[in-house]
Amino acid sequence: MKTAAEQASSKCPVTAGTPAVQAKARDVVLQVRDLAVDIRTHRGTVRAVNSVRFEARAGETLALLGESGCGKSMTAKALAGIMDPVCDLADGQILLNGTDLAALSPKERLKFAGPGLGIVFQDALTALNPVYTVGTQLGEAFRIHRGLNAKQARLEAIDLMKRVGIPEPESRVNSYPHQFSGGMRQRILIAMAVALNPRLLIADEPTTALDVTVQAQIMQLLRTLREEGQMAVILITHDLAVVAEEADSVAVMYAGNVVESGPVSEVFADPRHPYTKGLLESVPVHLERGAQLKSIPGSPPELHHIPAGCVYQSRCPLVQDICRAERPALRAVDNSPTRTAACHFSEEITNA
Amino acid sequence: MPEPLLAIDGLTKTFHVAKSASGNTRLKALDGIRLTVGRGETLGLVGESGCGKSTLARTLMMLETPDEGTVTFEGTNPFGLRGKELLNWRRRVQMVFQDPFASLNARMNAADIIAEPWATHRSLYPTSRARDARVRELLHMVGLRPSDARKSPQEFSGGQRQRIGIARALALNPDVIILDEPVSALDLSVQAQVLNLLNELQKELGVSYIFISHDLTVVRHVADRVAVMYLGRIIESGATEEVFDHPKHPYTAALMSASPKLDVSGTPRDRIVLRGELPSPLDPPSGCRFRTRCWKAQDICAEVPPEPQVLAAPDGTRHVAECHFPLDSIKGLTGAAATAL
Repeated sequence: MKTAAEQASSKCPVTAGTPAVQAKARDVVLQVRDLAVDIRTHRGTVRAVNSVRFEARAGETLALLGESGCGKSMTAKALAGIMDPVCDLADGQILLNGTDLAALSPKERLKFAGPGLGIVFQDALTALNPVYTVGTQLGEAFRIHRGLNAKQARLEAIDLMKRVGIPEPESRVNSYPHQFSGGMRQRILIAMAVALNPRLLIADEPTTALDVTVQAQIMQLLRTLREEGQMAVILITHDLAVVAEEADSVAVMYAGNVVESGPVSEVFADPRHPYTKGLLESVPVHLERGAQLKSIPGSPPELHHIPAGCVYQSRCPLVQDICRAERPALRAVDNSPTRTAACHFSEEITNA
Repeated sequence: MPEPLLAIDGLTKTFHVAKSASGNTRLKALDGIRLTVGRGETLGLVGESGCGKSTLARTLMMLETPDEGTVTFEGTNPFGLRGKELLNWRRRVQMVFQDPFASLNARMNAADIIAEPWATHRSLYPTSRARDARVRELLHMVGLRPSDARKSPQEFSGGQRQRIGIARALALNPDVIILDEPVSALDLSVQAQVLNLLNELQKELGVSYIFISHDLTVVRHVADRVAVMYLGRIIESGATEEVFDHPKHPYTAALMSASPKLDVSGTPRDRIVLRGELPSPLDPPSGCRFRTRCWKAQDICAEVPPEPQVLAAPDGTRHVAECHFPLDSIKGLTGAAATAL
């Protein structure tokens, strides 16, 4: 068991713990500390994101993995400062290159985070404005943040379209969003997000609405842009296979909490939280066709009824009295500086 | 080989659309589809959006009338049936829809939703006592509690709603159930529960499934045979393991390769990233429809549409691909793709 993890870690020198290698570790672009988001509903205030902590490094991809309602998109919106009016940032720090975005006024935030942070949404058709040409929308960032005039902004827009692989940008720049295919629209959205060369790119389920051959193209584009700009990328997804292929590290979320985090190769090879393990076992791979899949019983708790104690207790095979009484903190596991899990019995989870 | 339950041959369906960029107003959604479904078998239907999967499903449900071709269900053509015979045929082919939030009426409770098909098929469970008993039985079969019968759809989670949709499809004791992306709207942990349920029901009832999905991992797990569609044609079909492990059509190979894999062993894998996107079905390429994105395409591909070729499969099953240059092996393929792209 251990050997598998050791082997895996030797393949990722960037995240291994020895001082010699740590010197090579890339710069931390984003540090999220104890982030909490509350939603005001007519049935009372619920906590959608609870003491979430993670870091994103330049040139690396961090995946926020979880099922619907786990708080991953809410986390992204909180980072980008685009929460719905019913949501409040209840606690925490969002340090982008050392500056706490949560402490900035909206005006300062716009100035600082506008160029520093880009976000790509899942549904490109609703994210783009149907009544403006894509050229106008792509040029907007340059007009607002760089003070370019419309003509200059249009040239920048054409340049951006070239960068993200849209054919014939000179004529397409005057087209409207509905005149593009789904894959091309997603490229336009990515182009908008990277327009000002941000340090951090948040991609919220960027390929969920796309076919797999187009998904492969978009993922390739994101990788290329990440390398070119040495951006930190936060990839929000529910797809374990996408995480395995695209991300360097992963934070697994459940009911608003990060329940496990670490390098993808280690977490997936040797999960230390029963939820991560359950998810991995729900994927039909390497199984006899038609064989019974190991599913997780039940469904995630509603935000109104998050239990005291561990958030996963009602579905966990290892649940004990302590799990019902006391919520496990996210703590280091396996003596690893990069791996954490929030489980009282992390050490007892075997990969058998 | 036993007589298949359902056989389709040369099925073609053209839609007339108002206007398109190419000036063409005829959209050929299905073009000479040929496939069979055996009793108790699961046929996986794979393809990207716009390839005609849903039109095929709708035609099999007799919601669309084909322009050409034949559908044979146990020796009879359902499109020739009228009256009682037609009603009886409709009972035997049922469907489960993708979105469990849109496919259940929010104003009805679970029991009424499951019992609704009997309002048309009255002779099946003529008394209210028989219907109530059968609803309880169906709820039990799909893993819901008797007390769930009076709840409305909003009170259920996505997975539970899909169970209600499955119970409704089972209410008429069908021979074939068309499952149109039945788990793609569900979370992974719940998806496994529903796949297990479908598998158990098939073992118990011997029902055939036509399983439409874009998720290749899921199809590989559930399907006995798989058919791959591209722009209205089935470009490859065969036994699931055979098609997945030895794809013959370049599109199938690209699709398999593009689909992300849950493999953290660290071995990098060769990936074929196709150029371009699906051409418009209003203006499909001449000859082979895949040629505009294919790295093996030659002049003949633009001129002559490839005929279905029956290729040797080591286990003796039928493996059919429509390609002038079928792939020999995955090894050869990755080399060729790597140089071509």
